[in-house]
Amino acid sequence: MSNQIRVETRNLSLNFGLAKILKNLNISIKSNYVTAIMGPSGCGKSTFIRTLNRLNDLIPECRIEGEVLLDGINILDKKIDVVELRKKVGMVFQKPNPFPKSIYDNISYGPKLHGLANGKKLDEIVERSLKDAALWEEVKDRLDKSALSLSGGQQQRLCIARTLSIQPEVILLDEPCSALDPAATAKIESLMVSLKKNYTVIVVTHNMQQAARVSDFTAFLYLGELIEYGETKQVFNNPNNKLTEDFITGRFG
Amino acid sequence: MVNEQVKEKYIKILLYVAASLSILILIAIMFFITIKGIGMITFEFLTTAPYRFEYGGIFPQIIGTLYLVGVCIGFAGPVGILAGMYLSEYAPVNIVTKTLRFFIESLAGVPSIVIGLFGLAFLVYYMHLQISLLSGGLALGFMILPWTVRASEEAIRAVPFSYREASLALGASKWQTIKQVVVKAAAPGIVTGILLGLGKAIGETAVVLLTAGSGLESFLPRSIFEPVASLPVYLYMIATQGHTSEAYTRAYGTALVLLGIFLTINIFASLVRNYYIKKHLVRFG
Repeated sequence: MSNQIRVETRNLSLNFGLAKILKNLNISIKSNYVTAIMGPSGCGKSTFIRTLNRLNDLIPECRIEGEVLLDGINILDKKIDVVELRKKVGMVFQKPNPFPKSIYDNISYGPKLHGLANGKKLDEIVERSLKDAALWEEVKDRLDKSALSLSGGQQQRLCIARTLSIQPEVILLDEPCSALDPAATAKIESLMVSLKKNYTVIVVTHNMQQAARVSDFTAFLYLGELIEYGETKQVFNNPNNKLTEDFITGRFG
Repeated sequence: MVNEQVKEKYIKILLYVAASLSILILIAIMFFITIKGIGMITFEFLTTAPYRFEYGGIFPQIIGTLYLVGVCIGFAGPVGILAGMYLSEYAPVNIVTKTLRFFIESLAGVPSIVIGLFGLAFLVYYMHLQISLLSGGLALGFMILPWTVRASEEAIRAVPFSYREASLALGASKWQTIKQVVVKAAAPGIVTGILLGLGKAIGETAVVLLTAGSGLESFLPRSIFEPVASLPVYLYMIATQGHTSEAYTRAYGTALVLLGIFLTINIFASLVRNYYIKKHLVRFG
C-alpha cells in the first residue's frame, strides 16, 4: 500500500465570472489507487477534475486561486507547459468521443503528435494500449475500420486506450459510464480497477454504488465544497458528516 | 370534420404538383437539349478544334472549361478553407468580424457581369495578366469564393466540440487540433461546397467572356498567361453570331456537352458525399 501523494490541491477555488464553483478545496490524491469524486449534480466535480489537466483554460471567464500540485509542482503556474502536463494527465470524457478516423489512427494520434514513435514501434504502442483497455481481442482484425462503427461501450474503451497510448501518470475519468448500458459499464468498472496498478485513477461519478464498487478513496463534494474525504469503506459505512450520510442514504441526490 | 379532410387532400395535391413542376422543368430542359443536340455529338465534334468559327469541333472549348475550373478551384478552394477556419475558430465575436462576414456575403450577390468587368479592369489590365486562363480562373474564383468560404465555415463549425476537447486533452495545440482533427472531420462538407462552387463556375459565361478569351480559340493555351476557350462563351458566340443553318444545332450540341460535364460533377459530388457518410457509418455511438 503506497502512501505517495500524486496530486494535491491547496486552497483551490474557482469562479466562473461571479459564480463560485469550487470553494477552498484541499484534497490529496494517492498514487496507484482509484479515487472517486462524488456528489449531486452541479456540485463542481467535473469542474474540479478539469482543473487537473487545465482544460478549464478553454473557458475565458474562469478564474482560479490556490495551487494544484502534481508530484510537488504547481501546475497552475503560468510558466507550466500545458502540452507536457496533458501528456502526464489524461482524460476520458462522459460521452465517448473517438475521432472520426480508423481505430488505429485514433490510438496512434497521441504518440504521433508527440513524436513518440513511428512505423513498427507505433504498431506496438497501438496494440499495447488496446490490450490495456481490454479491447484488443475485439478489434485486432479491423484496426482500419472507422472507430464510429464500434458500440458505445467499445468506443469508450477505445477512448481509454487512446488516453493510455501516451502513457500518462494520472487518468481522469469524467462520469465515463453515464452514457453506457450496464454490461458495458461493468467492463469499464473492472478496467478502472485494473488500471490502478500502473496509473493513478481519478473518477467522477454521481452514481454512489459505482463509487463504492470501484474506488479505494472517496471525496464527497457538495456545492463546491469538500464535505468528506477518506477511505471508501469508511465514507460509506461510517460517514463523519451528516450531509454525507444523507447523500448516501438517498435523502437527496 | 369532413371539411378538414378534404382540405388536407387538396393541399397534398397542390404540394405534389409544385414539387413535380420543379422536376419536370429540369427534365424538360435536359430532354429538349438532348433531342436537339445529340445529333451533333460525334467523336470528331468532341476531339477536333473549331475551324473557321462554326465548323469543326469543340475540343479546345471542353479542355479550356476544365482548365478554367481548375484554376478557379485552385484559388477559391484553399482561400475558402483558410477563411472558413479563421471565421469559425479564431475570429472574435465583434463588429469587425460581423463586417467581414457581411462583405463576404455581399460578394455572393454581385452580378457576374460586374465581376467580369472587375476582372477585366483589375486582372487583365491593371495586373497585366492579359486575357488569359489565369485572369479567367481568378475572376471565377472571386465569384465562387463566398460559397467555398461559407461551406467551409459551416462544415468546420459543425464539427462537435467533443473532438476538439479529446485532441486538446491528449496534448495537442489549437492549430494541431484544427489541422489534424477538425478539418479532416469537416472534409465532406468542405468538399461538397467546393464541388458545388465548381458547378456554378463551369457554366459561367459573363465572367469568362470578359477575361479569358473569345471562346472561339482553336488551340489550347500553352501557359496560364494565354487566352483559353470555354464552352459557355463558344455557345454564346455560335448562338448569336452563327451564319449557317447548322449554327443552332451546334449550340445545342455544345449545351449538351456542358450539361453532361455539369451532371457528371454533381453525380460525383453525391458519390463522394455518400462515400464519406458510409465510411463513418454510425455518427454518434
